[in-house]
Amino acid sequence: MRYTLLLHYPEMADALEEAALAAGREAMGSWIATLHQAQVLLSAEVLQPSDCTTTLRQVDGTLQVQDGPFADTKDQLGGTVVIDVPDLDAAIGWARQAPPLDWWGAVEVRPGATHVVAGTWQPSA
Amino acid sequence: MARPAAGTGEVRDRLDGLARTARPRLVAVLARASGDVAAAEDAVADAVDRALRTWTDTGVPTNPEGWLLTVARNRLRDRWRSAAHRTRAPLPFADRTPAVEAALDDLDPDAMGDDRLAMLFACAHPAIDPTVRVPLMLQVVLGLEVIPIARAFAVPAPTMGKRLQRAKHRIRGAGIPLAIPDGPNLPERVPAVLEAVYGAAAIARTLGADGDGLAVEAADLAVGLAGTVHQAEAWGLAALTTFLRARPPLRAGHLVPLDRQHPGSWDTRLMDEADLLLRRAMPAGPPGRFQLEAAIQAVHADRRRTGTTDWAALHDLHRALVVVAPTLGARVALAAVTGEVEGPAAGLAMLDDIGKDGAAFQPWQAVRADLLARAGQPEEGALAAQEARRLAADPAVATFLARRLVDREGPR
Repeated sequence: MRYTLLLHYPEMADALEEAALAAGREAMGSWIATLHQAQVLLSAEVLQPSDCTTTLRQVDGTLQVQDGPFADTKDQLGGTVVIDVPDLDAAIGWARQAPPLDWWGAVEVRPGATHVVAGTWQPSA
Repeated sequence: MARPAAGTGEVRDRLDGLARTARPRLVAVLARASGDVAAAEDAVADAVDRALRTWTDTGVPTNPEGWLLTVARNRLRDRWRSAAHRTRAPLPFADRTPAVEAALDDLDPDAMGDDRLAMLFACAHPAIDPTVRVPLMLQVVLGLEVIPIARAFAVPAPTMGKRLQRAKHRIRGAGIPLAIPDGPNLPERVPAVLEAVYGAAAIARTLGADGDGLAVEAADLAVGLAGTVHQAEAWGLAALTTFLRARPPLRAGHLVPLDRQHPGSWDTRLMDEADLLLRRAMPAGPPGRFQLEAAIQAVHADRRRTGTTDWAALHDLHRALVVVAPTLGARVALAAVTGEVEGPAAGLAMLDDIGKDGAAFQPWQAVRADLLARAGQPEEGALAAQEARRLAADPAVATFLARRLVDREGPR
């Protein structure tokens, strides 16, 4: 099954020393390398902070384009990792090693329903 | 092979028996092969329907479980094929069809294993809402119908039905494995499974005749679980559920405390077994809750041999239990035993310490009534006894009690 690991954590990059940021990048690097080594990694992306994000909504038939995230919460979606593993226990096994858990964050383990291969939808289970 | 044509009544009786014993195992086997608990349940229900019609003509086959498994497996396979063919749209799970068909093909109806322990771990998975784990286990692993489950949890049947449906949907949708976890996952998963089995065993005692078979199955599961996970608490639970099985079921409004039950109503052979199970629990650290509760049972059960109750031993065990599991039930139980050992005033003081939570708790009132009477305060005691009787007559309270007080069997 395909699972997307949604990495939520407080945005504090601005407040951190360069050494702490480097340590964070290194932790993410070795986690992703482990996933790759185990041949479960399909893709991964770390996102810019939510002060760079833009949200679109349709309100009463008119498009609203606003600066800021979809939900203004303490923890923000900071990245996504897509893996392919046999079941939830395997997915939890990889998720529990995610560095954001050490950054007061949370990792949501979400099973995939469909995904795109060469422009067409494919079942993900 | 098959015996001569049987009457509908005979077939129905046979199927009723099988529904209790074989159905959960059939569902477990098929669910593991397909990963879909709800579909496995539907397929087995269809097979039971077919059996009712077919066996009336042909007689009950020599291997009825094998017959049911074959029919249910074919139903399930048809369902997967038609689901895969019906749509070319992205259907979740459709690409698993070949794997599921292969798993279904591999099932041997003549040599069916017991996959219920694997189902147990799925029902008590951390990704399943803790409040639905026991109901789910009662339905999926122990084969109880929705109506008695709903009654035991004091919710309307449609509500319980929906909760169970959602949980089964989640098992499939979230990809919760129908397997006994391996490696480091196993020890951390065991406590929730023990809790669920304990809950099921306690509820079995409130279901009257319906619960008899269930208490047996719950104890069997606990023993099987202990033999698989080899943890002291698992052996403790195996002993505890076996002790519970050895006593007659609870009746609402008629709760007899353990130290006043007649040993003649106990199954002493089962109690011997339970003693042996408890001896297998050799904890590395201090004993856990289930071992303590089983040990309390063992002390009471000793009366079958000695004719007396060892209150000093009970006092020690209840004091330890309150430390490990400081529940309202455990605190009231300790007050009762303290009253026995140190006199009614000491017991009453402990009840007072519990405070206002106690007043609505039937055992608190019942123990208080007993202690007040012995402390020479008959009028206050009579009031507490009246309150205890009022609370005990409420079936919901009786169920609540049974779920929390299996260690002591109601008020003293």
